Amino acid sequence: MLQAIEMNVDGTMHRIEADPDMPLLYALRDDLGLANPRFGCGLAQCGACTVLLDGQPVRSCATPVSAIGASKIVTLNGIGTPDKPHKVQAAFIAEEVPQCGYCLNGWVLSTVALLDETPHPSDQEIREALSGLKCRCGTHVSILRAVKRAAAA
Amino acid sequence: MTIEISRRSLLASGGTLAVFVALPGASALAATLPFGSPTKPALTPEQLASYVAIHADGSATTYFGKMDMGQGTDIGIAQMVAEELDLAVERVAVVMDDTDLTVDQGGASGSTGIQKGGVTLRSAAAEARRALVAMAAAHLGMPVEDLDVENGVVASRSAPQKKVSYGELIGGRYFNVVLDWNGKYGNDLFVSGKAKPKTPDRYKVIGTSVPRRDVAPKVLGTAEYVVDVKLPGMLHARTIKPPKAGAEPTAVDTASIAAIPGAKIVWQKAFLAVVAPKEWDAIRAAAALKVTWTDPPPAFPGNASLYDHIRQAKPIAKKTEAEIGNVDATFAGAARIIEATYEWPFQSHASMAPACAVADVRADGVTLWTGSQKAHHAQAGVAALLGVPREKVHAIWIFGPGSYGRNDAGDAAMDAALISKAMGAPVRVQGMRHEGHAWDPKGPASIHTVRAALDKDDKVLALDFVSKGFSRLDVDNNESDPAQTLAGQFIGLPLHPVQAFNVPEESYGFAARRKGWETIAPFLDRGSPLRSSHLRDPVGPQIHYASESFIDELAHETGSDAAAFRLRYLTDARDHAVIKAATERSNWQPRVSPAKPTGAEIMSGRGIAYSQRNGTRVAIVSEVEVNRTTGAVWAKRFTVAHDCGQIINPGLLRRTIEGNIVQGVSRALHEEVLFDTANVTSVDWLSYPILDIKEAPEAIDIVLIDHPEIAPSGAGEPSIRPLMAAIANAIFDATGVRMRQAPFTPERLKAGFA
Repeated sequence: MLQAIEMNVDGTMHRIEADPDMPLLYALRDDLGLANPRFGCGLAQCGACTVLLDGQPVRSCATPVSAIGASKIVTLNGIGTPDKPHKVQAAFIAEEVPQCGYCLNGWVLSTVALLDETPHPSDQEIREALSGLKCRCGTHVSILRAVKRAAAA
Repeated sequence: MTIEISRRSLLASGGTLAVFVALPGASALAATLPFGSPTKPALTPEQLASYVAIHADGSATTYFGKMDMGQGTDIGIAQMVAEELDLAVERVAVVMDDTDLTVDQGGASGSTGIQKGGVTLRSAAAEARRALVAMAAAHLGMPVEDLDVENGVVASRSAPQKKVSYGELIGGRYFNVVLDWNGKYGNDLFVSGKAKPKTPDRYKVIGTSVPRRDVAPKVLGTAEYVVDVKLPGMLHARTIKPPKAGAEPTAVDTASIAAIPGAKIVWQKAFLAVVAPKEWDAIRAAAALKVTWTDPPPAFPGNASLYDHIRQAKPIAKKTEAEIGNVDATFAGAARIIEATYEWPFQSHASMAPACAVADVRADGVTLWTGSQKAHHAQAGVAALLGVPREKVHAIWIFGPGSYGRNDAGDAAMDAALISKAMGAPVRVQGMRHEGHAWDPKGPASIHTVRAALDKDDKVLALDFVSKGFSRLDVDNNESDPAQTLAGQFIGLPLHPVQAFNVPEESYGFAARRKGWETIAPFLDRGSPLRSSHLRDPVGPQIHYASESFIDELAHETGSDAAAFRLRYLTDARDHAVIKAATERSNWQPRVSPAKPTGAEIMSGRGIAYSQRNGTRVAIVSEVEVNRTTGAVWAKRFTVAHDCGQIINPGLLRRTIEGNIVQGVSRALHEEVLFDTANVTSVDWLSYPILDIKEAPEAIDIVLIDHPEIAPSGAGEPSIRPLMAAIANAIFDATGVRMRQAPFTPERLKAGFA
């Protein structure tokens, strides 16, 4: 049974007709045509599908589209532009963090949320906050450098 | 007449004309401009135009028949080509692995991107510069010897006002220069012209840390990945894998998905898929589809019996790759024999996403978008699968999740082609998570037995190394033969497995040496989730885990410091240099392992290992902490000395090494494919954990040893090779427990403490 659902994504309102059980990920990718976030596991285990929901990182692959309500959704593409990248994006670029880059939604958006709450986290706090996200290329040490760079910016 | 033709062609490309009239003294020399051919010569290996193009603005594009998965190989290529062209590196674009635009240089393969692919393009670019300077000489009326090039402008040394840019000479047209081609395709393709590449003393951009170009688009969320390709009328597909390995569908209940909009079934022998216009509907249909499967006998022994199976299995192939001296006689006369066995599990590529591909199969041709490391091979595979000429398939490499060898990307390419043909529509197929973990080709499991013969003074006289395991090419390292893919195997194509393994690469100068391997039959020869193939540094980590752990055992048994023991027997000067660099930088204190027990809860240790890989040498000092109660290992700190000959880009080389180290720690400490008798049971990130950021090393200290005078060798894989042994040796130093089975999990550590 399709249901009309309104969503605020990166500051723009959208209205779609969707199966209410469909994960938000497919609304963003298939209905809205966005190129990120991406499917990684469908199990909320990796973070490749991460978006910010009212500033909190959530796994869009495991969030039913009907559960969004009036929350504001922000994607990786929505936090900055080539001219004005978010400071976390600027730090990840400066540190040349990604290899394949498929996982980035989770790392960048979780860092945005971390620094909103804890502007100057310790190494331990960074590791705790980002624990659970996956990066198969093994860019972990670059990520830690980038988060510290962003915190210092 | 000639002038008129030239003017007409100049008028046809307005940009060139504007630049041309600005040239000093140009009118008198117009007859010679522009050079080159207005049409592109056929894309063949012997044409210079197949590798380098100069545009009207004087910038260049180089065409690279390989790809980069985020280590910056393309930037290295741009640097090598820019260097030879004497053009700013920012003005050199790199097109990668598009079968319409690049010759087949073998795709990503064996860390040869720079070592072979780059060296070939360097050679072509040197010839391009020679041709451009010759054109300039004709145009300027000055001898070649009097001409210099700076950032794409050729100028006379004796009359500096006489100059002409690459763009003016040939911009927008094509080289019409034939190169000497060695007749090979793939990694070994090489071309040369009359020009010799520059000597290192003239380098401007080689050896500098030029930044990557794909980083910002990836971080900003604007980069397009294979999963993002959208075509009009495109259907989303999911394949359905058997619940029990080897089972085939006997009945499919179409009514079970009748309520899902547009859902349809594609079924050919054991190949089963569903499609729907919307992706979520394809996923729902795949979950809802009721399938009746055959019930074949269990294919697997279960992972608890893996090593017993390997030990007992009859080899189906064996090879002694190297034998020096009289090994058997030396052992027969030895004062002492030391022997050890090491066991390594199946491992998964476990890419960040299960593979995806998009195919558009039409009557007049096929287009394929793939994240495969080898687009040219995917092109050949799709052509063979569909029975169309290869040139009718246009394969386009596009960013995918990292592949680290022959992952599932090649399988997805065939899935997409098969389903697109069946549906008569463009198809995007992506796996679900269990397909990425359970159904990718696996790095093979193996057992390695090593023996050493010592004399009465504990001098090592002989070493005998043999691996026994599954072939690294049960399915090939590429998909050019569709029988090497799951779809091809599911539809019943004749199988073509190859028996292959490798042996240690090092320079220990023991008087008698033997290195060999034996391979055993796969558990299931067709459509197996445990089919084995190439995983980053194919069989290198496990072989050198064994060989370099054993060297450590010999050092311990003979009362030697592990670094000094290696230096005593290694014969190659560059091997000595990496070991010395790693030990000096890490402040290695000579002593015999293990460290003296302190009784502390956290036990600390250090270990060293080294290896070669196709010319590259790496030594790693690992420092670990082991928790006595939990058995958990923290690989805390690494010092890596790395010599890959000439360094093209030190910044990107460092990050490539860091990625190798972290991925290697993950494989050493955590990764083991689990399976019961029916199927693979490690199906996601919980059942197949990889290194978490909480466990990331505190520091990876890298010492780069540059040899500008030595041709560059690879860096994509060599530093993962000695890593497992470096960690195992550090664990031994910390705990006195020798890890003879990987991965080094808390359970195995605790078993060792008991």
